[in-house]
Amino acid sequence: MLVTIDNEDLEQPSTTMEQSEFLNVVMPFKDKLYRLAKRLLVSREEAEDATQEILMRLWTKKGTMGEYKSIEAFAMTMTKNFCLDRLKSKQAGNMKLVHSNYTDESRSLQGQLEAADSVGWMERIMEDLPEQQKMVLQLRDVEQYGFEEICELMDMKPTAVRVALSRARKTVREALIKKHNYGIV
Amino acid sequence: MELSNIEKLLERYFEGATTVSEENELKRYFTGDDVATHLQGYTPMFNYFSKAREERYTKQVPLRPRRYANKYRWISVAAAVVLTFGIYFGKQYQDRKQLEREQAEYAYQETMKAFGLLAENFDRGREKVAYLKEFETTKQKIYNKN
Repeated sequence: MLVTIDNEDLEQPSTTMEQSEFLNVVMPFKDKLYRLAKRLLVSREEAEDATQEILMRLWTKKGTMGEYKSIEAFAMTMTKNFCLDRLKSKQAGNMKLVHSNYTDESRSLQGQLEAADSVGWMERIMEDLPEQQKMVLQLRDVEQYGFEEICELMDMKPTAVRVALSRARKTVREALIKKHNYGIV
Repeated sequence: MELSNIEKLLERYFEGATTVSEENELKRYFTGDDVATHLQGYTPMFNYFSKAREERYTKQVPLRPRRYANKYRWISVAAAVVLTFGIYFGKQYQDRKQLEREQAEYAYQETMKAFGLLAENFDRGREKVAYLKEFETTKQKIYNKN
């Protein structure tokens, strides 16, 4: 909580009302925002920061929130754009080089550790998908959004969504078959 | 559900042609116990999707964020502006005062100089008057003698 001074205490009753109202709106989908952020940014801390940022932006916009058809869809779109911007600015800097150097090394170690852990390597398979496919797969197979919602969120045509989804699923299948054939690394 | 049905669904699943409820059927089948051996390779996939859905955002939802921080920020900006103007105009005021003081000092010095000059001349005048006095006394002496 933030420090309060006298005149803010006067506002308290109304803000607590707004708070609980806001929480009621946001609670059902805050996990979805976080999972999408984590899918894109991979790191847990970064995903948490992104989610917090989105929730704060929503809070400051709560006055106009009623204008949106679906607050959840709006928030998901915000999260998507926010994370893509993050990734872009990361790539613009030298971060990518540093990052890939770093992950290459840790990956072999991580791989050994997660050898028996199917969740771990499914995560890595999805990590390697192109961003668009990653998001479509996340929205559909994890969050179970309908096609129209995905079209709206991703700003894509239905056929494009279907193609991306099919490609993503097939890539995952290929990776799984490879794993199965060569044994688990 | 029948195995052939599952196989058909699976095929359509990879074409991106299944509905959400059909996909849920697949999920139910693959997370269940009796998955056919030749299909077991797919279980990690469906297992993962159900597991990934359980991940939660555990941090607290930020309450009343930024609004007040914003207010304080504006106050600090305003304070900085006031301070800058204060220093600027304060300096100007000081400069003007200083100039006034210097001018007054100068005027004072000049006046004093003028007074000094006057006094000097006045003194000189008085000396001459002293002669006059001497003249008077001498004259008196002469009168007294006669």
